[in-house]
Amino acid sequence: MSQNAENVLDHFNLFRSPEYIEMFENKKQFENREPADKLEQAREWTKTWEYREKNFAREALTVNPAKACQPLGAVFVAVGFESTLPFVHGSQGCVAYYRSHFSRHFKEPSSCVSSSMTEDAAVFGGLNNMIDGLANAHAMYKPKMIAVSTTCMAEVIGDDLNAFIKTAKEKGSVPEEFDVPFAHTPAFVGSHITGYDNALLGVLKHFWDGKAGTVPVPERVPNEKINFVGGFDGYTVGNQREVSRMLDLMGVEHTLLCDASDVWDTPTDGEFRMYDGGTTLEDAAAALHAKATVSMQEYCTTKTLDFCASKGQETLAFNHPVGIAATDQFLMGIAKLTGKAIPEALARERGRLVDAIADSNAHIHGKKFAIYGDPDLCYGLAAFLLELGAEPTHVLATNGNKDWAAKMQALFDRSPFGKSCHAYAGKDLWHMRSLLFTEPVDFLIGNTYGKYLERDTGTPLIRIGFPVFDRHHHHRYPVWGYQGAMNVLVWILDKIFDEIDKNTIVPAKTDYSFDIIR
Amino acid sequence: MSMTVEETKARNKALVDEVLSVYPDKTAKRRGKHLGTYEEGKSDCGVKSNVKSIPGVMTIRGCAYAGSKGVVWGPIKDMIHISHGPVGCGQYSWAARRNYYIGTTGVDTFVTMQFTSDFQEKDIVFGGDKKLAKIIDEIEVLFPLNHGITVQSECPIGLIGDDIEAVSKAKSKEYDGKTIVPVRCEGFRGVSQSLGHHIANDSIRDWVFDKLDPEKSTFASTPYDVAIIGDYNIGGDAWSSRILLEEMGLRVVAQWSGDGSIAELEATPKAKLNVLHCYRSMNYISRHMEEKYGIPWVEYNFFGPSKIAASLREIASHFDDKIKEGAERVIAKYQPLMQAVVDKYRPRLEGKKVMLFVGGLRPRHVIGAYEDLGMEVIGTGYEFGHNDDYQRTTHYVKDGTLIYDDVTGYEFEQFVDALQPDLVASGIKEKYVFQKMGFPFRQMHSWDYSGPYHGYDGFAIFARDMDMAINNPVWSLTKTPWKAA
Repeated sequence: MSQNAENVLDHFNLFRSPEYIEMFENKKQFENREPADKLEQAREWTKTWEYREKNFAREALTVNPAKACQPLGAVFVAVGFESTLPFVHGSQGCVAYYRSHFSRHFKEPSSCVSSSMTEDAAVFGGLNNMIDGLANAHAMYKPKMIAVSTTCMAEVIGDDLNAFIKTAKEKGSVPEEFDVPFAHTPAFVGSHITGYDNALLGVLKHFWDGKAGTVPVPERVPNEKINFVGGFDGYTVGNQREVSRMLDLMGVEHTLLCDASDVWDTPTDGEFRMYDGGTTLEDAAAALHAKATVSMQEYCTTKTLDFCASKGQETLAFNHPVGIAATDQFLMGIAKLTGKAIPEALARERGRLVDAIADSNAHIHGKKFAIYGDPDLCYGLAAFLLELGAEPTHVLATNGNKDWAAKMQALFDRSPFGKSCHAYAGKDLWHMRSLLFTEPVDFLIGNTYGKYLERDTGTPLIRIGFPVFDRHHHHRYPVWGYQGAMNVLVWILDKIFDEIDKNTIVPAKTDYSFDIIR
Repeated sequence: MSMTVEETKARNKALVDEVLSVYPDKTAKRRGKHLGTYEEGKSDCGVKSNVKSIPGVMTIRGCAYAGSKGVVWGPIKDMIHISHGPVGCGQYSWAARRNYYIGTTGVDTFVTMQFTSDFQEKDIVFGGDKKLAKIIDEIEVLFPLNHGITVQSECPIGLIGDDIEAVSKAKSKEYDGKTIVPVRCEGFRGVSQSLGHHIANDSIRDWVFDKLDPEKSTFASTPYDVAIIGDYNIGGDAWSSRILLEEMGLRVVAQWSGDGSIAELEATPKAKLNVLHCYRSMNYISRHMEEKYGIPWVEYNFFGPSKIAASLREIASHFDDKIKEGAERVIAKYQPLMQAVVDKYRPRLEGKKVMLFVGGLRPRHVIGAYEDLGMEVIGTGYEFGHNDDYQRTTHYVKDGTLIYDDVTGYEFEQFVDALQPDLVASGIKEKYVFQKMGFPFRQMHSWDYSGPYHGYDGFAIFARDMDMAINNPVWSLTKTPWKAA
């Protein structure tokens, strides 16, 4: 036996011991395995152009998509407001999934309740679930606000949130004046970024449009403040703080609309904080009067920004800005909106980023990358790579649309490094697998699921995106601002150097290049 | 310092009353039936179970889809499991359960892939049957070495009136009798994952067993054939179990369902004995095979040396002396390892108190393993147990153990705060809550990305993991030293 009390073997070593290897061999006789040559043939075939063409001819099947469903985005929005409990109306299993998903990424608690609809609610509607659910959640978890969204079950049967919440209030589930913003978030429309947009719109409409007809619509009295919206962002903890720091340096009065940076980064000190930080309800209401609303993720906030504009605000949208030019545009955009000067401190940060890129450029220049993720993230990262002299050869967003692909193409067209680059909207990671086999690149940028592509195609994965389950704490770092771009640069460089070292580590064979200075 | 049993019971009662006081009256009355204390001599744990969760309370439970795709079917490695409906369900459950397997993923095995019909609004409005048919065609083109397909229904399927059975039948016929299994595990069915297990079991009965052609079978059985039922090979659990059964002289012909294949499912009606680990999720098919094929089944417990030894002997009792001797040989072989593990870890864990909240079999099955290390379980409960689980639990728990069925986030937090255990062992949704509160924690669904925990090899890892959780030096650093207590 291989197991040992002194040096306990984990799964990754235990099962490589001879007795297990023999057992695995023996088990095959019961598995009706394909013959080895047939398997090998099929495996090689999946790497071909012929397979790629069949793969890209798919019309119905989705394999390994890089997107989630709307309510996930709605839960993200809810926890960004002060003492707000996300409440998802529909089947309860969905909520278990959202909570697990966020906890696995942020390594933090993720609180959310469901109205636990079952067969009877499917027949009679979920009104009673809403009435009981709001009453229980309010009594137990003492939120200041409950933000309601829907699973596909409630959407298919056509439950009317506005009417249900009104009835629940009449029945005394929560006090009449208690804030219950809502958003219909059908999982069969769009993705988690659509859900983010709908849910944020729901919160803003609640406060800016007279709380579903229960109070007069407030009149906008414009002031000089700026609303800032981050969008669905796996780096929200680091990014929100970084943006706030930059805006403070500029002296820009601002409201972070939806700020989950505290609730997803609470201390371990003996106290569980179900709620922490977030946009106060007063600030959310007062944000109506802001001069402008600025979104860091255009495709995450289309309806929200339209609504802000309809209230008379200026709006400004970026595409997950990463790098020098993108941060320049962001800061200059803010400066133009507010009339505030960009302070020398930020110019120094910019200079340091330029310095770092100049120092390291030789290792990145000309390298080919594949990127996948949400449309805005893809755009921001691709723009940064072009700035570094790298080629974002394949850029894929399962939840990207034709407009996005056109916008990506325009970005490629503006750079000499974008010549052989292509954007793939609506495709999945099984498409990406074919791309990586037929048109290989040097590095892949994506979330944790990219590790399967790394295994199959040998393309080294740089983990940037959401979710990242198998590396810890990167979400605590910003990727926005000059300092955030510095983090991204270092993550890319670390992988490049690790790969060079791996490639030169064989003694007496390749290690002449195993340099100590690079 | 330690309380008498009567004091414990009184404390538990007061605690439950206090926790219930926060609820609206109707809810307090309903939840009150799920919270209690085990009284020695009673036939169950005195709590209601397997009823609907109450809206808005933050139940930890999942859904029928999770029970079917996530638990029962998902690990069958050479079949493609379509998450049929919108994209989310398959996305959140994608490869998250650590069902280990060996195979070339994407070519002849598919467990850690997410196949979805990614329903759009038009599929809801016009129905998804045509899309499903096309998906099956596309699978046949792109994944020709797949050995079957299951259709895992998400909520909308049952609501929009799709006929996935008809599509499955037609496509099966078109592809030469290929196994295509429609599963009606829509998430709104039932009260938890549990109904999904049952529905998945029934779908194996109806769409795998009932379609078997005994004439075509070339399977040559032996007198020592057993099937492992209800082990999902989380972190390799089924492997560290299988090795013991084989060492005692049995031939394991199937694993249900961790690292399992459709061929193994089909061979199981030829087994001489079904050995059942997770009773909750696979008792249905075990009972069916007993009735239809006359295969007896026996429950076993491979957590910790005491229960492993008892289980090996119990399994061996169904066979001849050769196997009985084999069991004794295996027990003796691993005894020195087990002694070394206990000698190393028991002094570090002796007397430590544990609170559990898990699913399936673990709220009772792991208690013996903790006791082998000198630890005591002072509270336990099931996410989706039935009364027969709580009956079985009485053989494991001590008089006065706090019992909480389908515990809510609020209740669990209050109970742990009051009982101050040395370790909380539950799931990912609970992990960070209790760590923030300063309690050592281990995930007992995923083994916190460790494992295996089953079998003798697994117990060494279990003991090491519990030690590293409880004796992590960080737990002495949670209080800020310059702040007053």
